[in-house]
Amino acid sequence: MEHTDNLIKLSNGQVLSKETIDGDIATINFGPTHPATHGIFQNILTVDGEKILTSEQTVGYIHRAFEKLAERRPYNQITPITDRLNYCSSPINNLGWHMTVEKLLQVEVPKRVQYMRVIIMELARIADHLICDSIIGVDTGALTSFFYPFSEREKIYELYEEMCGARLTTNIGRIGGFDKDFTPVFHQKLKEFLKTFPKAFEEWNGMLERNRIFMDRTKGAGPISAERALAYGFTGPNLRAAGVDYDVRVMHPYSSYEDFDFTIPVGVNGDTYDRFMVRQEEIRQSLRIIHQAYNNLPEGPFHADIPEFFLPEKKDVYNNMEALIYHFKIVMGESDVPVGEVYHSVEGGNGELGYYLISDGGRAPYRLQFRRPCFIYYQAYPEMISGANISDAVITLSSINVIAGELDA
Amino acid sequence: MTNNTLLESLHTLLGTKIVASEILHDTLVIEVTPNEAFNAIQMLKNDADLSFNFLTLIGAVHYPDEKDRELCVVYHLHSWKNAIRLRIKTYLPKDNPSIKSLTPLFDGANWQERETFDFFGIQFEGHPNMTRILNMDEMDYHPMLKQYHLEDETREDKDDRFFGR
Repeated sequence: MEHTDNLIKLSNGQVLSKETIDGDIATINFGPTHPATHGIFQNILTVDGEKILTSEQTVGYIHRAFEKLAERRPYNQITPITDRLNYCSSPINNLGWHMTVEKLLQVEVPKRVQYMRVIIMELARIADHLICDSIIGVDTGALTSFFYPFSEREKIYELYEEMCGARLTTNIGRIGGFDKDFTPVFHQKLKEFLKTFPKAFEEWNGMLERNRIFMDRTKGAGPISAERALAYGFTGPNLRAAGVDYDVRVMHPYSSYEDFDFTIPVGVNGDTYDRFMVRQEEIRQSLRIIHQAYNNLPEGPFHADIPEFFLPEKKDVYNNMEALIYHFKIVMGESDVPVGEVYHSVEGGNGELGYYLISDGGRAPYRLQFRRPCFIYYQAYPEMISGANISDAVITLSSINVIAGELDA
Repeated sequence: MTNNTLLESLHTLLGTKIVASEILHDTLVIEVTPNEAFNAIQMLKNDADLSFNFLTLIGAVHYPDEKDRELCVVYHLHSWKNAIRLRIKTYLPKDNPSIKSLTPLFDGANWQERETFDFFGIQFEGHPNMTRILNMDEMDYHPMLKQYHLEDETREDKDDRFFGR
């Protein structure tokens, strides 16, 4: 910041005349370890009193070189990397990756697997949206609304745990399907969840949705128009809040999403309140999808017949030569993949999560690139908060659902 | 719209700008020369029928063995009107690779181009802030290039031959 007689030059090159400034110009570090950033990223705000003039972003604090790591790992070992992108909805990342590899291998997975995947992915979407919406509550000063949904979210984590043993970084499923069918405990817990969740959800929703304080606080905060959102490459709930009904599940259905009846909620103003409302409605729609998928769950195997990628049962490994060979090849990462390149995308918790995979036939991908939705839309943040108050910057940040793991890869 | 009809319309629109084309799995991939990439994408974006309105992804790939075509810049475009994707590739030599920035067309290209610069060293001309983004500024190499191996080359206890690599 340089001060001359009557002009002030900001770090982004913008020049302001002193007459237009109310108070003193100050620089504030919003992050990297600020309690309201919900992740490790920095915004250097230049403020005039309470009003934000410019914002400079620093990202990359938790960059872990996933794309480079992936070039050294066999395909099944890349799944745990994908967990650590958007860790609020890891199963979507895992299953999206499995589908990408299946597309490269040109494997058709059984209908039952597709429905099972839909159930798991929609549960993950609910968990993701619950976190994001409850954090908007926290940042508007309502801590109770953060704690309430956690007891429900816990039930989703128990469902993950039943299927894969893990809760946060799930590594769920396998290339070709799942390692096991839904267990009796899973069935029981899912039924219980479907029965109790809607009531608990609506009770929590009632705390915020028509709450005068919450509405006054979030309406008009951090708005973005549909046109600007598109230019910035927004996808997911943030784009839909601006009024554009793009959803990968509808435009390029994967995993049998075309079988289900659901609607895509859209907002009008693209502000924090609309983003909140879009997510809340998506939770209801996700529940609808889970009901449909679970009630019509087809019979059949829980994995595709691809012995080169799907681990045989342990008892077969001891008694059957083919099973032993395949077990060895999979564990050592020696399964052959065809040469080719694919792009596959799924509707992640916060937008279009894409996998661009190039294979040269080797044991590991030649190149793997993730389309990380929040990396692409987070660059619009300075524009969204320009001219707003600092407290609006906080709720805007929590409402666009930026996940540091995904942002920094 | 299928990939074949898309290719026909692309030939009408872009003509000789298309150097090569192929269909990989479900997506049409075309190659254009680096000088024409910006114009081609601009024409695709502004065309009323094709209307490739959305930039999905920008990335790069390193092919160290292909002489004068070592670096490949890949643009993923998406036409929501026709619900079809298109991938545009363009190849650059490894010495001083540079290509025109897409930031005048798509604001979302900004960080994606910075990331591509950060990891592959490709300069985007006309970019408002061509600096590293995920790695630290002091870094003096571009880590996604294939000559930089992931693991420590001096280690002797991890012999690739024993792992079939």
